[in-house]
Amino acid sequence: MALYSETVMDHFRNPRNVGVLDDADGVGEVGNAKCGDIMKIYLKIEDNVIVDVKFETFGCGSAIASSSMATEMIKGKPVAEALALSNKAVAEALDGLPAHKMHCSVLAEEAIKAAIEDYCTKNGIPFDTLRPEGE
Amino acid sequence: MTIYADNAATTCMSPAAISTMERYMESCYGNPSSLHSLGQRAAEALQSAREEIAACLGCRPAEVYFTSGGSEADNQAILSAARNGGKKGKKHIISTAFEHHAVLHTLGKLEKEGFTVELLPVGETGTVSAQQVAEAIREDTCLVTVMFANNEIGSVLPVAEIGAVCREKGVVFHTDAVQAAGHLPIDVEAQHIDMLSLSAHKFHGPKGVGALYVRKGVRVSSLIEGGAQERGKRAGTENVPGIMGMAAALTEACSHMEENARRVSALRDRLIEGLKPIPHSILNGDPVNRLPGTVSFCFEGIEGESLLLMLDEKGICASSGSACTSGSLDPSHVLLAIGRPHEIAHGSLRLSLCEYTTEEEVEYMIREVPRVVEYLRNMSPLWRDKVSGKKEFILK
Repeated sequence: MALYSETVMDHFRNPRNVGVLDDADGVGEVGNAKCGDIMKIYLKIEDNVIVDVKFETFGCGSAIASSSMATEMIKGKPVAEALALSNKAVAEALDGLPAHKMHCSVLAEEAIKAAIEDYCTKNGIPFDTLRPEGE
Repeated sequence: MTIYADNAATTCMSPAAISTMERYMESCYGNPSSLHSLGQRAAEALQSAREEIAACLGCRPAEVYFTSGGSEADNQAILSAARNGGKKGKKHIISTAFEHHAVLHTLGKLEKEGFTVELLPVGETGTVSAQQVAEAIREDTCLVTVMFANNEIGSVLPVAEIGAVCREKGVVFHTDAVQAAGHLPIDVEAQHIDMLSLSAHKFHGPKGVGALYVRKGVRVSSLIEGGAQERGKRAGTENVPGIMGMAAALTEACSHMEENARRVSALRDRLIEGLKPIPHSILNGDPVNRLPGTVSFCFEGIEGESLLLMLDEKGICASSGSACTSGSLDPSHVLLAIGRPHEIAHGSLRLSLCEYTTEEEVEYMIREVPRVVEYLRNMSPLWRDKVSGKKEFILK
C-alpha cells in the first residue's frame, strides 16, 4: 500500500520484539481503547542499560510499526539515551509517516518514557536525574 | 492472488459496460447538443440510456436526470426539496443517523441555514420503521430522506412502507439507493419514492456517473449553472460514454438480479456462518433484511486498519469503519449509531461480495480472517487484559 513506506510495512509485517517480559523492570502503557490505540512497553534493565525490550500494541499498522522500530532503537542502549528518543527520530527511522499517523510515533516515545518512569519509581531513582540536560 | 471483497466501495466493470463505453469513446463522440448527425447520434444514445434506466426503476424516461454520481444526486435532491420547502416556511427535515456523508453533510449545511434536521435513531439492528417516520412528520416537514440500504452494515430499510407514509402525509420522500440499485428490486411507483439517487460504479458500471430520479411534479433546481442539458437541471456536456456504460451495467444487473441475489446471498450466509465462531465478535446490521453481498463484523481487542493491512498481505481487499481508516479521530458514525462502543467500532471489518465472488474465495476468507484476528489479538495489550480478567469483555 502506498500509504506507508516500505520500512513501515516491513516492521508491520515482521514486528521486532513483540511480546511480554514477565520479569520486566519497568512497564509503560499509553493510549486508550476508545481512541483505538494502546501501546505497552516492557523493559529489562541492567546497570542502566536496556538489555531487553518487548512490546504489545492494539492499534493501526503505523502504531505496530512505530512500536517495533522504537524497541529496536532502544535495545542495548543506556536508559538516558532511551529517554531522549524522540517521536521524530522514530518516524524518520521508518522513512516517514503520513501526517495523520504521526501520533503513533508520539505514543511510542511516550510508552518508553512511561516504562522508564515505572522503572525509576520501583527503584527509587529520581526520574529527573535521567533526563537529558536542558529539559 | 487477489480476492476483491470491497464491492460496497466500488465494483469491477462488467464486460458489457466496458465494450459499450469503448464504442462511445471511439466512434460516437459527438456532443449531444450539436445539430449535426454525429451529435444527434449521441443525443439518441442518451435517450436510449434514459429509457433503459427508467425501465429498471419503473419510471418515465423524462424523470431520469444524469449526474456525476450518487453524491451529486443526493445533494441535488436534498437541497432542492429544502429550497422548495423553505419558500413555504417548511423547514423540518427527517433522516436517519446512519446515512451516507453525502446526505448527512448536506443536511448539516441546511441546519446552518436554519433548517431543523431530525435524525431518527436506527437501533442495534440498524433500521428505522415507517412508524418512526410517521411519528416524526410535522406540519412543517418538507423532506424525508432515508437510505434504501446501508453501505457499511448492509441493512435494507422498509422503503416502500416509509414511502407510503410520506405519500399519505404529502411529504417529499428521497432515498439514497446507491447500495440498492442493481442489487434489490426498485419500483418507484410501488415504493412511493419521489426522488432516488444511484451511482453506476456500485453495479459494475463506471465511476463518475450516476442518476437522480425525480417524480413528475416534484421540483428540482440545478446545482450547476450553464447550458440547458438535462432539461435545464444539470448544466454541462453529458458524460456520454459513462452514461452508456451505466445503462448497460444497470440493465445487465437488473436482468440477472434474482439469480445474482440468490447466489451472492448464499455466499454471504456461508461467510457469516464461517466467521461467527470467532470468539468475542458480533455481526453488524439487520440479520434478515440484508444486502445480498454485505458482511460486517466487529472483533473485540483489535483495530481495523491493521486488520485490513494484514488481510491485504493475504490478498484480501476489505474495508473497515475504524477511525484510522476514516481519516478522523472517531470510528464510523454508522457503527456508533447502532450502539457499538468506540472500542468495538475500531475493530470492524466489512467484506462485500458480488456475483463474481467464488465459493473458493469465501472458503479462503473463512480460513484466513480468524487467523489474522488471532494474530493481532496475540499482540494486543487490550486483549491480554481481557483474557486475564483485568478488563471485562464487551462482546460475548
